[in-house]
Amino acid sequence: MKRRDFLRSGAGVALAASGGLAVPHVARGAENRVLRFIPQANLANLDPIWTTLYVVRNASVLFFDTLYGVDSSFNPQPQMCEGHTVSSDGLTYDFKLRPGLKWHDKEPVLSKDCVASLTRWMVRDNMGQMIKTRLAEIAPIDDRSFRIRLNQPFPKLVYALGKLGTPIAFMMPERMAKTDPFKPITEYVGSGPFKFRKDEWIPGASAVFERFDGYIPRQEAPSWLSGGKVVHFDRVEWKIIPDAATASAALQNGEVDWWETASADLAPILKANASLNVDIADPLGNIGDFRMNHLFPPFNDQRVRLAALIGANQADYLQAITGTDTNLWKQSASFLTPGTPLYTEFGGDNLKRHDIAAARKLIEEAGHKGTKVNMIVGTDVPIAKAQGDVTADMLTKIGLVVDYVNTDWGTVGARRTQKKPVADGGWNIFFTWHAGVDCTTPGANPAFFANGDKAWFGWPTSAPVQDTIDAWFDAPDLAAEQKVARDFNKASMDFVTFVPTGFFKGYQSWRKSLSGVVAAPFPVVWGVEKKACSRDPSP
Amino acid sequence: MLGHITRRVAATIPVMLFVAFFIFSLLYMAPGDPAAIIAGDQASPSDIAHIRASLGLDRPFVVRFADWLWQVLHGNLGDSIFTNLPVAHMIAQRIEPTLSLMVLTTLISVLIAVPLGVVAAWKQGSFIDRAVMVLAVLGFSVPVFVIGYVLAYIFALKLGWLPVQGFVPISGGVWPFLRTLILPSAALGLIYVALIARITRATMLEVLSQDYVRTARAKGVGSREVLFVHALKNAAVPIVTVIGNGVALLIGGAVVTETVFAIPGLGRLTVDAILRRDYPVIQGVVLLFSVTYVLVNLLVDLLYTLFDPRIRY
Repeated sequence: MKRRDFLRSGAGVALAASGGLAVPHVARGAENRVLRFIPQANLANLDPIWTTLYVVRNASVLFFDTLYGVDSSFNPQPQMCEGHTVSSDGLTYDFKLRPGLKWHDKEPVLSKDCVASLTRWMVRDNMGQMIKTRLAEIAPIDDRSFRIRLNQPFPKLVYALGKLGTPIAFMMPERMAKTDPFKPITEYVGSGPFKFRKDEWIPGASAVFERFDGYIPRQEAPSWLSGGKVVHFDRVEWKIIPDAATASAALQNGEVDWWETASADLAPILKANASLNVDIADPLGNIGDFRMNHLFPPFNDQRVRLAALIGANQADYLQAITGTDTNLWKQSASFLTPGTPLYTEFGGDNLKRHDIAAARKLIEEAGHKGTKVNMIVGTDVPIAKAQGDVTADMLTKIGLVVDYVNTDWGTVGARRTQKKPVADGGWNIFFTWHAGVDCTTPGANPAFFANGDKAWFGWPTSAPVQDTIDAWFDAPDLAAEQKVARDFNKASMDFVTFVPTGFFKGYQSWRKSLSGVVAAPFPVVWGVEKKACSRDPSP
Repeated sequence: MLGHITRRVAATIPVMLFVAFFIFSLLYMAPGDPAAIIAGDQASPSDIAHIRASLGLDRPFVVRFADWLWQVLHGNLGDSIFTNLPVAHMIAQRIEPTLSLMVLTTLISVLIAVPLGVVAAWKQGSFIDRAVMVLAVLGFSVPVFVIGYVLAYIFALKLGWLPVQGFVPISGGVWPFLRTLILPSAALGLIYVALIARITRATMLEVLSQDYVRTARAKGVGSREVLFVHALKNAAVPIVTVIGNGVALLIGGAVVTETVFAIPGLGRLTVDAILRRDYPVIQGVVLLFSVTYVLVNLLVDLLYTLFDPRIRY
């Protein structure tokens, strides 16, 4: 071999080894058709009925579709449905599907699929369960129409079909929807604007959604879960990056386009970067929850719960959770989400007092001065830990003795289900938070319920609270709903179902090469476009 | 030799059975409930109970262990509770990044640390010796994640030479593959370099004081030959032992490194599975790590015969 041949072949080998020449412009054009996105958490499953995790809902929104979709004004709009009719007695709803709807396997969407999907969803969703208790019949009329017949009117039926909180009433082919609602589906065929690429799914690392050519968007402008879902990407690649510093660096380096939950700590760095936008992710934010066990002393005594409510200072909690950035939090004497139609602070005066002396007096009156309270705190979850630390300080000040159990979220999840006394593995307090989208109405969140054994962890029992929740389901119009919401907030504050520790939001951040990013309760990909990249986004 | 290998491999079977039983018991006793995590915050207590029953988590310990062991003995590691995917498939998806990271780290570390240790011993008390010792102390003292962040800041964010995160399989090209591994290997390798360099230095100092080295020098053998032919070969047994034992260090370090550099490897799979209480995945991965560790130690034992002819099995 001559020297030049050797060099030539060596260069060829080196070139091949390096993965080829620089990416040509055509490939860069294709690059603009790929959205690289860091979701809020690992996507470990894709059955939005089996699990109510929000990350699963957010992925499901890409490849499943809904009959109705709630818009940014909280009104349900037709999505897969062309429309519906309601009988004059409010008992019979006839729904008609849009023509041309297809599943990702190219089969037509039929009414029997929707009937099976709704039947599965009704088992797991609390609004669905309410429908089920009033259901006389749900059955196909023809391939594109089906009927729901009730034995008692349910004015929230269409809203329930389009609601944003988990579990959403997503439509699936009948064969998938017939899966036991307590077991996961094993195939992922939807009718949404993207197909899920199961072959490219690496749980804990990445998930890929590919544009579905058979999707026919509606003509209306997009608004949250409703309207025309016009997509401008051939692929949406979810990259799971659990470490916030790495996610931030990847975004700054142009390796990803969009980070759903930009950490508040890193927001100043991201805001200082000229290539990035930083803004509120979800305008509905979250509401912190300091949750007490109503079954055992001392929190089976309403005076002790009230003392905790009076002693709590939301500003302390919110600063501990989000820092001093006041764009991210708001004190709110309400169980409901600020800025939504039913929001009210009626009855919330005690939560505004943060009067330690008065709280201490109540504890003494209840005979619980020096009583030990067990707090299970998932310290691997910053929001839970922040609430735990603030609460420990407050409870000590009002005269209780805190047993702070430092553990992980997985353990909290298991232990909070225990109805036993603390000595036998039970608990007195744990901390969590609720997505604002689940707190827009009294009936949307099981954590509001006060129906004893059937209620959420802590098992509160209060007829006045539960009556207002039941009344909301039957409220015929917005004015009636608003009145019920006021009664609900007051009853819940008086009874102290739990202590709301305040309203807080989070940032999202995206590269300026993206346009059309909106603030919504979930990442809305339709309408988003990408311009040419300024930096090689490899790997 | 063949008989020894057979006996050693056979001896791993009770070890693996013990590991399997130990891990299963540990997970059984550990607090946490995958059903509660699956169900999510919106689920009611009865939903969680239903899911727990459907997953078979309400069955007695003995039944669950026997069921799992029976599957393992048939070559089936079971399915993930969360993803519903076979554990073997999930491990197969993750093995290349971790294996690549560990092999590259070992290779780079040995190539750097052994010469450093030899030179430090040869020039004991010199500037080079002190520099190697400072590097070793640094390697032992600075956590892997700190080194990772510093490297990513300099070489990815500031210089833009390398990516911050991710992994490209070798089928995607050698250079793209190496680009994603350089920073993680450097971060993970520092502690390994420190460990190997220190042991090499200490062992070499001992060997260099032996009579036969003095004799070799007296006979006029050159320094390079004394160091790398006579001394290093005789110092190799403890060095190889440390390299072998260091695999456990690498496995532990890979968990952190893979998280910092978002590498989809077995370390991250393990952490995710532990946080979610995905028992079949944890059991599968721990079993794999145990087998790897046992086999690496077997390999180290066999390598002894190469370096020291007096060792016979």
